[in-house]
Parts: sequence; C-alpha cells; structure tokens
Amino acid sequence: MAEPLLKVENLEAWYGESHILHGMDIEVREGEVVTLLGRNGAGKTTTLRSIMGLVGRRSGSVRFEGQELVGARSDRIARAGIALCPEERGIFASLDVTENLMLPPKVRDGGMDLDAIYTLFPNLKERARSPGTKLSGGEQQMLAIARILRTGAKLLMLDEPTEGLAPVIVQQIGRTIREIKERGFTVLLVEQNFRFAQTVADRHYVVEHGRVVDAVSNAELSGAMGRLHEYLGV
Amino acid sequence: MASGHASTAPALLVPEAPGLLGLSGLGFNRAQSIAFLVMLGVLLVGPFLLYPVFLMKLLCFALFACAFNLLIGYVGLLSFGHAMFFGMGGYVAAHAAKVWGLTPELAILAGGVVGAGLGVVAGWVAIRRQGIYFAMITLALAQMVYFFCLQAPFTGGEDGIQRVPRGALFGAIDLSSDLTLYWVVAAVFLAGFLFINRIVHSPFGQVLKAIRENEPRATSLGYRTDDYKLVAFTLSATLAGIAGGTKALLFGIATLTDVYWAMSGEVVLMTLVGGLGTVFGPVVGAAVIVTMQNYLAEFGAWVTVIQGVIFVACVLAFRAGVVGELGRILKVRL
Repeated sequence: MAEPLLKVENLEAWYGESHILHGMDIEVREGEVVTLLGRNGAGKTTTLRSIMGLVGRRSGSVRFEGQELVGARSDRIARAGIALCPEERGIFASLDVTENLMLPPKVRDGGMDLDAIYTLFPNLKERARSPGTKLSGGEQQMLAIARILRTGAKLLMLDEPTEGLAPVIVQQIGRTIREIKERGFTVLLVEQNFRFAQTVADRHYVVEHGRVVDAVSNAELSGAMGRLHEYLGV
Repeated sequence: MASGHASTAPALLVPEAPGLLGLSGLGFNRAQSIAFLVMLGVLLVGPFLLYPVFLMKLLCFALFACAFNLLIGYVGLLSFGHAMFFGMGGYVAAHAAKVWGLTPELAILAGGVVGAGLGVVAGWVAIRRQGIYFAMITLALAQMVYFFCLQAPFTGGEDGIQRVPRGALFGAIDLSSDLTLYWVVAAVFLAGFLFINRIVHSPFGQVLKAIRENEPRATSLGYRTDDYKLVAFTLSATLAGIAGGTKALLFGIATLTDVYWAMSGEVVLMTLVGGLGTVFGPVVGAAVIVTMQNYLAEFGAWVTVIQGVIFVACVLAFRAGVVGELGRILKVRL
C-alpha cells in the first residue's frame, strides 16, 4: 500500500526542560478518522501541536504526503495542507463570525465553499455578524471547525471538540465529523470521551506518557473495553 | 471555492447597520460615520475660529499618532522609537524643500519615502522580538538616528534646518498664507487617516488583528506573521515620516526635538490618552496633548509635570482612553 497521508515516527517533543513526547508513532491514511485516546497529560494535545509545528523543540519524523515537516515553520505546515482546531478554539474576539471564517488563507483547492459550510452549520449563518466573543461554546467550536474546512487543508486535527459541550451539540459535532469524512477529509481527533470517539472513528491509538501504547480498530473497540478502562481509568 | 478569499469576501458579507451617506464603504460603522462627519465639520470651520497654525500642528501630530496607533492598536507592537521616522521625515522634507528646491508636495513625499526606508530596516530588526524587547530595540535604533541627526552635516546639528520655504503647491499655489497651507495640511491628514482606516478594515487588517490577539494561531492557520508585521511597521513609519515632513514645512524648521526620544514618548501618550486601537482616539489624544502644551506653555517646565499627572490620571481613571471610554458608555465602536 502507498505511503499513508500522515506518518509520524519516533516523534519527541519538549516544552522547555520537560520532555513530553517520547517517540510517538502514528499513521493516518487518506480518508480515515483516527483518534488519540488517553488521560490528561498523556501528550495527545502536544502531539497535535508538534505536528503543527507549534512546539519549540521536536525531533523524529512527521511526513505528510511524503514531505518531511518536522523542522518546518508552522505557517509552512499549514500551507502544506494540515489544519489544527485547537482545544481553546482560538476564535479571534475582535473579528466577527464571517471575518473569522474568511481569515485563514486558502492553501489549495478542494475546500468547502461558504454555502456548504453554512448548510453544515446553519447557526453560523444566523450569527454571521456577531463578534467572536458573543458566541456560545458550541458555536465557537463549530466556527473553529468551519474555519479550517474552507482552506482546502486535507488533514484536519481536532483537539477535544466535544469538551464541555451539551449532549445535543456533541451529537451535532459527531454528525459534522462523519459528514466531513464523507467529503473526503482526513481527521485526526483527540478525545477523552471514547464513547463519542467510537461513533465517528475508524481506528484509535491509546497514548500514555508520550507514546502510543495500543492501537485498536473501531470494530474491536467493544471487545477491548476492559483494556481501555484500564488505560483511561474510566 | 474557485477564487481567493480576499476577492470573494465583500460579496458574502451580510450588510450591517447601514452607514451614513455611504460612509460604510470606508469601513465605518454608523457611530464612526457620525464621528467622522463631526470631525470633518471641525476641520472645515476650525481655521475660522482658531489659530490655523495651532490647528495644523495638531493635525500633524494627529496623523503621527494615527500612524503609531496602526502598530500598537492593531498589531499590538509597542514601538518606542517612532520619533526617528517623524524627525527624519521632517529633516528630509526640510532639506528637500530648502536645498533641492522641491515643491512642498514632493518634499512631504520625500519625508514619507525616508520614513518607509527607515521603517523597513528598523522593522526588519525589531519584529524578531516581542514585548519589551521590541520596544527597546526600536528605542535603541531611534537613539542611533538621533545621534546621526546631531552629527550629520545636512541637519545643521543643534541649529537644525531653519528658514525652510513653504514654496508653492505643484509649483502653482503659493502656500505662504496660513489658511491656504491649512487646507493642504488638512488634506494630507485626511488622506492618511482614511488610508489607515482602509488598511484596518481590509482583509490584511484582519490578519493584523488576528496576530495581535493570538500570533501562534495566526501562524498555524498559514500566515507568515513576520511579513505582516513588517508591512504594518513600514506603513506606520511611512505615515509618521509624512506627518514629520508636513510639520517641518509648516513651521519652516526641522530640529532635534522631533527626533528625540521624548517625542517617541509623546506619541505613546497621545495614543493612550485618546484610546488605543480606536479609529478616532489618536486624533483626540493628539488634540488633548497639543492643546495642553499650547495653553499651558506659560507654566514653563511645569507642562511636563502637568502632562505626567494627566497621563497617570487617564490610565487610572479610564484605561481605554477618552474615545475608548466614550465608546464603552455609548456602547458603540468609535
């Protein structure tokens, strides 16, 4: 089989003196939805941030479409076709919804147009002129996801998109992820909630102490519940 | 989508509360349109009620403060060396008008070009660092420029460049009358003001605001933020140079005062008193400070002390500045 869309090998990363990632290995194939499961502090977010080039010191290999990106600047990584939707969402408070949506540069063809985005997120259309600060948590999350759908990025990395949101919003985000998968996007998802992860993902990696300790396909997930409970302590 | 986001954006914008007289086309909201009309009115009747030279001085500083605000208010970069652009713009405009015999509009333009050149160099060095380091680098560079102005033969050292002719605009309109010059200065100010407003409301300006708010996020969305900061810095320096050049022609003199670090501090003061990151704040701030200097001049050295007290009072009582606070009370963006 051809090289996967994203191949992370032996990725290590540091925040200042603290060594956070100790050799992550992940593969994400085109069109897949893959999750990173793990407890708080396991290094899931750091993995996404390292792939995006936001962690100062990193080593190992991050290959995207065969291109080595581990030493690249963050803006180059974005232009290569990777987009990150961070946990804190990163909505710009001084811009309104439309401005936030239109802000990211188009990195290549194949992104969704505004109409399609508004069909997917009708709330955003209603609130097109609201400032970024006046949105509810769910709306902010949708805006954060919608914003990176427009750019043509191929790999979307979503960091805990369901955190702190009402069940009905969580369902809507689940639908969204399935929909964007159908549209051919590839998703790397960080989740604590594996019941949610189960409803959207093809495969799961379990992360502990900055490395992958287990990999489970979605079909095996129910059978692996015992193991997962142990890893995640839930 | 087939074309870039910049070109398709305007068509997709949902119309907001309508502006007045099509002023929303300039990027103004309703409140800003009203404020702009008021400002325009003041500009029109001002010279008939007040001493035109005072008003012109005010407008030069207002443009200087607006240029400075573009950087601190919209990109979040605190330059503590903007006097180098203002002062150098003044020297070069004065030299161009007096020695090279250029017409005033070209002399002012020369001031802007020098501001731009200096801005590219200073910006290129300074944007590599943030916060206090950025401020200190710009201060250090400005001190070097000050020293250069003290030593270089063309600046006249302690004497400055004196008896600069106002000349004739486009070689045709004699500017020796204060009122004629006033309209020119007002036009320069207005052009600069609207230009800055255009920048702020363009897609480029939105990227600047995104950088101010969350630079790593702007980077990870795919923007090379250093490029944007450098362009903003250069634009700000250019406009500061134009403001300095206009002031030199107005008074017929370019001196070390305008390139001294205290001038860098004064523009910070004007912007803060008026309201950082507001469209009209720097204009109001410049008006407050210049008026104070003018009418308190009889107190001599005490002006600085009074200024200091007012500054502290402003920062303590209304941190958002006069205009910022007004906007908060009226619940509008000014």
